[in-house]
Amino acid sequence: MPLYNEPSPLEVKVISQRFSLAHSANIETYLATDGYVAIKKALQMTPEQIIDEMKASNLRGRGGAGFPTGMKWSFVPRNTDKPRYIICNSDESEPGTCKDRLLMEYDPHQLIEGMMIAGWTVGSNKGYIFIRGEYRYLIDIVDKAIAEAYAEGYLGENILGSGWSFDLYTHTGAGAYECGEESALLESIEGKRGIPRLKPPFPAVVGAWQSPTLLNNCETFATVPAIFRMGGAQYAELGTPKNGGTRLFCISGHVNKPGVYELPLGFNLLRMINEVCGGIPNGKKLKGVIPGGSSSPVLKAEECDTPMDFDSMAKLKSMAGSGGVVILDETTNIVQLAMRTMKFYQHESCGWCIPCREGTTWLRKILTRFYEGGGRQEDIVLIDDLAKSMFGRTFCALGDAAAMPTMAFIDKFRGEFETYLKASQPTEPSPELAII
Amino acid sequence: MWTDNTMTFSPALEEKFARLLTIYPKGRQRSALVPMLLYAQDEIGHVSNELIEELARRVGVQPMQVDEVIGYYSMLHRKPLGKYHIQVCTNICCMLVGGQELYDHASAALGIGNKQVTPDGLFSLEEVECMGACSWAPAIQINYDFHHHVTPERLDQLIADVRAAQGGKQTQ
Repeated sequence: MPLYNEPSPLEVKVISQRFSLAHSANIETYLATDGYVAIKKALQMTPEQIIDEMKASNLRGRGGAGFPTGMKWSFVPRNTDKPRYIICNSDESEPGTCKDRLLMEYDPHQLIEGMMIAGWTVGSNKGYIFIRGEYRYLIDIVDKAIAEAYAEGYLGENILGSGWSFDLYTHTGAGAYECGEESALLESIEGKRGIPRLKPPFPAVVGAWQSPTLLNNCETFATVPAIFRMGGAQYAELGTPKNGGTRLFCISGHVNKPGVYELPLGFNLLRMINEVCGGIPNGKKLKGVIPGGSSSPVLKAEECDTPMDFDSMAKLKSMAGSGGVVILDETTNIVQLAMRTMKFYQHESCGWCIPCREGTTWLRKILTRFYEGGGRQEDIVLIDDLAKSMFGRTFCALGDAAAMPTMAFIDKFRGEFETYLKASQPTEPSPELAII
Repeated sequence: MWTDNTMTFSPALEEKFARLLTIYPKGRQRSALVPMLLYAQDEIGHVSNELIEELARRVGVQPMQVDEVIGYYSMLHRKPLGKYHIQVCTNICCMLVGGQELYDHASAALGIGNKQVTPDGLFSLEEVECMGACSWAPAIQINYDFHHHVTPERLDQLIADVRAAQGGKQTQ
């Protein structure tokens, strides 16, 4: 299969090493390239040893929150009679993010092996891969890989003579960003609306079907085999302290060579733009970067000479998030960007809690009116106030995800909102606004 | 009250349904509901009242509970779509490189607005949120097929190709 974009010589390929191989999704290719070696190692280890190895890798969740994976694994109770489940979150929906798609398309066995190691560790016999509905073609690819793994004895009963059994299935979503939130995903897999659950209890203790459930992002699971092949400490060394390894950065927006590139954590953002992606088209200047998917607060150009890892982004009051890096050139209309971002979160808000349902709705209306030329002087403060009122007060993180970028757009580009307002020529309000 | 079982699906889909009802823990067949709805919609074109009653019966819930679920998921449609459902992403990564203009172009070229169907039933159009093609934007999906780096010209060509193939079929 041809690649979606040319690789860069600056990449450090750990989890994308098979992407450019012919028939990379086939089990023969996987077995010929150290496939299913890690599970053999893990089957000789105790759960405690495995969790220690995971902790040593400094792997942090690739879905957005960046929680240490080894620690998350340790939260699942192993001395219980209840069944335990492994669920892979491949509901990749954060705007800017398109990496799990590649991991499943080019190397599904790597994901399967990672989930197996997780299953063995917590004593689970069943796993599910939750794939967003739009990725229908991936269901076929992953189902085929699962069938191959059964045929070769890597899934099913008494795997490799260990006495341990593990079954794995795919499960399709049907279009809902909110289902990427882990407790909403659990509701969805139980056949309900994807409304998040009250936490605690956390899914590790009470998850799918009231049982302990280990939920990780697709890229997180896909990284596990490499950790056991090379050793946790060695994997950690590829990155920066407390930010182990490499990750897939999905670079989009205004660059000459947008694409998904595997780079070590801590890779410099400006180098990412200029050296990996060939700079900004037409000699334009950089205005800013959304560093970790649309929910992460924007960075101004002068903040972009920074390592890209979880802690460096937190220092800049932003987030490394899901690895979606959106490059904005000097022509970018920040008002339009803020409006479109809010339109998304309003569309995806599940409506369960009032601060999010009302907050995103009013922010969308005001930002739309502002963008369409009907802005008022007090709007800028109002937008900021509304976002701040919503922040930290919603049932799940979606409200924060909508509030954070909005506050940052206003805080860092207030001048652009002022200029836009001055230049505004009120036009007919959009039909949607007629009802206010 | 529920109607009699009146819906039959293709053997391939029946097989898929039978398998789906076995992969979740005992007594949790409801878990198969969302996949069953989507796969059935793929076959019959939309989620009809009959389908709701049929699947409610199969997973053991009330039809109203199925309806409640459907309203939540953006890919489940209660009205028929066009044979070719064109979904244009206008979210930020696509917007930055012409996604909004591409949507406007599609709307003009097809003569329909968001979630509308052409009179011949061949096309429907939807402005969608991020579909996971951000690094190869602007992107569209026609049914489940992804198309990347789509220009208005390329979109015109894709539409023309469908029309040509359709015209060919009618004359056969």
